Amino acid sequence: MRSETIAASVAERPAKAWRPATSETPATRRVLIAIAGIFLGLVLLLPLGAVFAQAFSGGWSLYLAALAEPDAVAAMRLTLLVAAIAVPANLVFGVAAAWAIAKFEFRGKSLLVTLIDLPFSVSPVISGLAYILVFGSHGLLGPWLDAYGIKVAFAVPGIVLVTIFVTLPFVARELIPLMEEQGAGEEEAALSLGASGWKTFLFVTLPNVKWALLYGVLLCNARAMGEFGAVSVISGHIRGLTNTMPLHVEILYNEYAFQAAFAVASLLAILALLTLALKTFLEWRFAGDMAGARGH
Amino acid sequence: MTSARLAFKQPSILPGFGLSFGFTLAYLGLIVLFPLAVLILKSAGLGWTEFWRLALDPRTVAALRLSFGASAIAAAINLVFGLLIAWVLVRYRFVGRRLIDAMIDLPFALPTAVAGIALTAIYAPNGWVGQFFAPLGIKIAYTPLGAVVALVFVSLPFVVRTVEPVLAEIDREREEAAATLGASRLLTVWRVVLPSLVPALLTGFTLALARSIGEYGSVIFIAGNIPYVSEIAPLLIVIRLEEFDYPAATAIAAMMLGISFVLLLTINLIGAWSRRRFGHAV
Amino acid sequence: MDIRIQKVSKAFDRFPALHDVSLSIRSGELIALLGPSGSGKTTLLRLIAGLEALDAGRIHFGDTDASHLSVQERNVGFVFQHYALFKHMSVLDNIGFGLAVRPWRTRPSGAEIHRRAEALLELIQLPGLGHRFPAQLSGGQRQRIALARALAIEPRVLLLDEPFGALDAKVRKDLRRWLRELHDETGHTTVFVTHDQEEAMELADRVVVMSNGRIEQIGTADEIYDSPASPFVFSFIGASNALKVTIEYGRIHHAGQPLALPKGDAAVPDGPAKLYLRPHDLRLTDDGAGAIRGIVTGTRRTSGTRLLEIEVGPQRERLEVEVPVSATIAARETVTLRPERWQLYSDA
Repeated sequence: MRSETIAASVAERPAKAWRPATSETPATRRVLIAIAGIFLGLVLLLPLGAVFAQAFSGGWSLYLAALAEPDAVAAMRLTLLVAAIAVPANLVFGVAAAWAIAKFEFRGKSLLVTLIDLPFSVSPVISGLAYILVFGSHGLLGPWLDAYGIKVAFAVPGIVLVTIFVTLPFVARELIPLMEEQGAGEEEAALSLGASGWKTFLFVTLPNVKWALLYGVLLCNARAMGEFGAVSVISGHIRGLTNTMPLHVEILYNEYAFQAAFAVASLLAILALLTLALKTFLEWRFAGDMAGARGH
Repeated sequence: MTSARLAFKQPSILPGFGLSFGFTLAYLGLIVLFPLAVLILKSAGLGWTEFWRLALDPRTVAALRLSFGASAIAAAINLVFGLLIAWVLVRYRFVGRRLIDAMIDLPFALPTAVAGIALTAIYAPNGWVGQFFAPLGIKIAYTPLGAVVALVFVSLPFVVRTVEPVLAEIDREREEAAATLGASRLLTVWRVVLPSLVPALLTGFTLALARSIGEYGSVIFIAGNIPYVSEIAPLLIVIRLEEFDYPAATAIAAMMLGISFVLLLTINLIGAWSRRRFGHAV
Repeated sequence: MDIRIQKVSKAFDRFPALHDVSLSIRSGELIALLGPSGSGKTTLLRLIAGLEALDAGRIHFGDTDASHLSVQERNVGFVFQHYALFKHMSVLDNIGFGLAVRPWRTRPSGAEIHRRAEALLELIQLPGLGHRFPAQLSGGQRQRIALARALAIEPRVLLLDEPFGALDAKVRKDLRRWLRELHDETGHTTVFVTHDQEEAMELADRVVVMSNGRIEQIGTADEIYDSPASPFVFSFIGASNALKVTIEYGRIHHAGQPLALPKGDAAVPDGPAKLYLRPHDLRLTDDGAGAIRGIVTGTRRTSGTRLLEIEVGPQRERLEVEVPVSATIAARETVTLRPERWQLYSDA
């Protein structure tokens, strides 16, 4: 019988040959890990390394000189200003939207949630275009605003607005699933104990969502400082005036000032790495306090 | 009046609905819906023949073809490698696993312009990687291939991040069941594990595709931007804008939005279909 | 197919799960592995299936040494506690899976696989459900499909892990009877794991009682219940009381007083021991000589009987005694008890 030949052949086989039914052979594992490692190395790590290698290709002094250059400083200042307006604005929006959506039942809720996600599915260039069509000199409101001396397109207000557009979903989409999961029970308890609406929000709701809120703000900030396409369309690339850091990188690069371009880029890369580190820490430390922390 | 309000919103003792809902709607309306509505109105205002004349301009068609073609190739590459990476991260324990897991989100955090110039530096004929391909006659940077490389970078996290949680929650008992029934490991993975990942893979693929189609910053540095060859649709929008040719820019944008809409609809239909069929374990 | 398990040991991360377990299962037998969680019963089942690796010992299927056969080579039918049905496959595809994945030389044709799957659906009394998906079935139906899937590969042995654990009480009772009938009909050697003693006693030809990675006793329901081999088996199966006693010159003493009980045939040496008593094996008596004396601290009415809680001796050991519902005994009353049956285990 066949089983006997199997028995004969396995009699000498060492026990180590046995492996769990739900895993691959060690050789297969090693090959798969190696392929993943090589792919990620080529696609992720090398570019990151290249940024710093190129940035320091001229040594520290050139690196610092590129960062101290007045246009670079102006770009940094503008980037910080834009983020300082866009992030708090979307923070307030995210909290308000999450409160309305997660704590109440009303018609059209899922449509509202879909609309909040809309900026993620629109190309940044298209959002920039839409703002030009509204605020440009031939746009819907542009001429009328011009008459009052208000410039939006090709000026800082336009940059702020498109940045708000592009980063609008981040805080809301962190908070909504978490607050839906938590329900309204604790708030109802606080109200029944005599707390006012604001007090309930401050002392009951906010502590429950603080880590998810921070997480959303972190991602929102990273995108706000790094946004390129939308800002590029609306800014008009005026050096020292409407240049954010990513736009400044482009200008330097197109002028073949590679070392300077990579020096400014390295600051953005450091920002990205800090964001990743903080994000990983939050996921690791407070995973339970964040519902939909992954994947966007 | 009261009954109409009750029908819209279920009663609750929590305060602040009016304020938060009103603010949400106003904010969303002003920031997102109004500009997009203007865009749609403008493209509709072009008229049927004018719209199609602009949309079917050869250069536009070439740009759209490159955007969608390169995006599809990049998403397909990430489908394969994303699954592999998710598998390795979820199933294996090895030194550096946490670091790799954290690095996966780099494309979300790194500004696309930075990614663009860095990838160009590496894949240019004299770059770290490009120098090995140049003698073979393969040019990566400044060709459509470069666009694919950039799009692989920006859409890398989607498949990994949609597959990872599903793979982590897969019931190992199903694989054990397949093994007790005599299926080899390869057959078990192919016939038992992969089918349960299909909805997540499709979602990840579609998200990667949608993201790639809209991508601008990273591609323009590496693709070379030669009209009819390596010029993507978002770039053509920017070029038309710089020429003050707003109708053409609007028509291209409308084409891209229309296709994106179809994609989103498809995601939702796939999700709904698989949930109906296999229960809620998508 | 008979199964011989010889001196099997298994540890997980140095935490021992099984020590030196030996067990012989006769061909066609229906065996229950019974024990509390952590007793090693599921580990033993998974070792038989080849889902875990042996640390030491051997497992034979008939004349074949299966110790190092992979799970695929062992050809066992395994039914998982949560069924582990393939949810993207129809019921028929689930049942036919084991046949469809055979190497092409031994694989039946598609039509043959279909025919056999339909025949198994008949056997498990669910004809006509073949084109449904697992999500569209009830728990009991899924359990039967999982069983049919395991039977489809004509296994050498059928292994079931807590087969009724996830079902509600009514369905569980029906399925239990059905499984017994199915077993009598098909005659597969069957091993199932359970923590439910009633299920084990009612269903199995022999019950293997396990605790802390060891086999405590192997026997029929009668043997396990009437002559438990260890204090653990006595207290795990059915209700029990235990009294601390000492043996002096072969006689049992409780709280310094001799009990009027012969020591019985169990060879318990002199020294400390434990006397195990079932609540319904204690009788109230008027004859106080050599009986157990105690004070009633409470009474509880259960469905068919009345339970007395009694404190005994200076250490206030607690006993439960079953008396007829008609018995009228008040709290604080002193009673004397005479055991009709008992079990004595050395406490050394």
